[in-house]
Amino acid sequence: MHDEDDLGGYSEKIKREIKARIEVERVTLARRREELENCPCQEGMFPRPGRRSVLFAAGSALAASMGASIQAARAAVQKAPAGAVWRDVPDDPTKVPGTPLGEDGGYGSRSQFESEVRWRFLTPTRLSSWTMTPLDKSEGIITPSGLHFERHHAGIPTIDPARHFLYVHGLTERARKFSMADLRRFPSVSRLHFIECSGNGLTEWRKPTLKTVQGTHGLLSISEWTGVQFSTIAREVGLKEGAAWALAEGADAAVMTRSIPLEKLLTDAIIAYAQNGEALRPEQGYPLRLILPGWEGNTHIKWLRRLELSDKPFMTREETSKYTDLLASGKARQFSFTMEAKSVITFPSGEMKLPGAGFYEVTGLAWSGRGRIARVEVSADGGKKWQLAALQDPVLPICATRFRFPWFWNGEPVVLQSRAADETGYVQPTLKQLVDIRGLAGPFGSVYHLNAIQSWGIANDGSVSNVHA
Amino acid sequence: MCTRKVLLASLALLWLAGAATAQEGYPLRLGFGTMPPQEELARLFAIPPDGRGLPPGKGTYAQGQKVYADSCAVCHGDKLQGIPTAGIGGDKLIGGRGTLASESPMKTIESYWPHATTLFDYVKRAMPFTAPGSLSDEQVYSVVAYILAEANILPKNATLDASTLPKVTMPNRDGFIADPRPEIELYR
Repeated sequence: MHDEDDLGGYSEKIKREIKARIEVERVTLARRREELENCPCQEGMFPRPGRRSVLFAAGSALAASMGASIQAARAAVQKAPAGAVWRDVPDDPTKVPGTPLGEDGGYGSRSQFESEVRWRFLTPTRLSSWTMTPLDKSEGIITPSGLHFERHHAGIPTIDPARHFLYVHGLTERARKFSMADLRRFPSVSRLHFIECSGNGLTEWRKPTLKTVQGTHGLLSISEWTGVQFSTIAREVGLKEGAAWALAEGADAAVMTRSIPLEKLLTDAIIAYAQNGEALRPEQGYPLRLILPGWEGNTHIKWLRRLELSDKPFMTREETSKYTDLLASGKARQFSFTMEAKSVITFPSGEMKLPGAGFYEVTGLAWSGRGRIARVEVSADGGKKWQLAALQDPVLPICATRFRFPWFWNGEPVVLQSRAADETGYVQPTLKQLVDIRGLAGPFGSVYHLNAIQSWGIANDGSVSNVHA
Repeated sequence: MCTRKVLLASLALLWLAGAATAQEGYPLRLGFGTMPPQEELARLFAIPPDGRGLPPGKGTYAQGQKVYADSCAVCHGDKLQGIPTAGIGGDKLIGGRGTLASESPMKTIESYWPHATTLFDYVKRAMPFTAPGSLSDEQVYSVVAYILAEANILPKNATLDASTLPKVTMPNRDGFIADPRPEIELYR
């Protein structure tokens, strides 16, 4: 835990924000520990639902006698984790029929035994806040849509797609208004890309602040996005001489705006209406979102309602007062769009506990906004020696790549790290390298674009913690 | 043999026909969508530093003081000092000039924002937080005049309108540089 002294020198607002995030972790971790204490699998690496489910199993005979549907309804309200439906657990699932088909109304839910959720950063209002993806539980590369991180500035709008339009205008030959039906008629593409908030890890510049990989790296998620390429729309409207930027604007109560260089839009931008095989989730921009592969999350404008072509950027609030990177010199970098190569070990990671010396498969994610991941190396000695990890197919451009590394822990304290390189030859830097270049003025340094190597310390007893090494 | 040649020729013809069809597959323009009515486009706005698109009307410090008290102070404080611990956690709006290169940089409209047009755009667009877009253009001009005067950027007797607002020079106007990444220091 961090006490008051650890936060000395921070402004009141920053102190409050750090404390809030620490508190979210504390509550979540306390709940996990409680589950673990009740768990017959205490020696395992992860807390799993334990006695709680056993107790419900014991009560199932009673439930049958008092009307299963009433019991189920009550239990569903009271006990099911978010995204799940509670069902009584039989002693032996081979001796009773299971749930009839169609009980879910035709749209499935996850197991009642799976409870990982996004954490919300405890900002004063729930209307402007963010949530983080539980990367410690991530498998493969796809983030379930319901666990995709969020950042909203004025709540999640409810938008009827029949009344939603995309205007493309400004320096165009033919301004156009597209309905959702119009957009779905255009030729489409589906691509897997990560989205990362450029504020991911901002608490980690000065010292290890948050305990888990969800806290340090959870503003990263990966989805398959489907929609129309901007280049297709560009021919439709006809770009005028001088067009060099476009304002992308959302239909939320913040009416979010960012200026985007035309070159990027014509390179790989997607006007997306689908995510992971279904329509976008409301919190991911339903019914329409701009996808700018490899660029900071804030530019992927959700609830996209217009693109205005212009000769210059508009200098909106989000690209001047926010999302600019203040250096020690007092000057700030502007339009720092690209998310550079980065990686993190998701297992083992902060607040996990290894049950003892022996074999472990170290695994994690690596990604770059400039292209494919070329290699990931793992160090088990704080960065002195590095060994190549295996990259799990598929290795896609501007997408996360899962890496795996066989490792024998000898039971001694070690520092585990991963280091990614992308196909441009860019190598993920150390925190010291970044601080040497950008300085460390203010509690969060230059705030954005921290893509440094992450260190996880493993103690004698197998407990894993966030360290700077 | 002869039948085989005929068969091959037929297959070749079929292949050619298929290729021709494929070439017709993706027209460069499809003609979907409609021309947007001018009144719908007129409702949209985004104000760049040159002031293009600023609406008619004007605002003064005195009017802005009232708008601020009625619509802004509840979140940003009666002295524009921000209220970080309650409500929506409204930002501090003024002060901090000269701190950007210090150990404790303070980013406010006064110390950090490079363009006054951005303030107009953002207030008109997204403020007040609980009723965005509810202020009239005169009210927006006025509250911008009030904030900029409290920040000692404008005199209190200044009037803001479409021609004067873009001429305001913000203290940190030249405080921004282009993104230099990838950082060449990492290649030494």
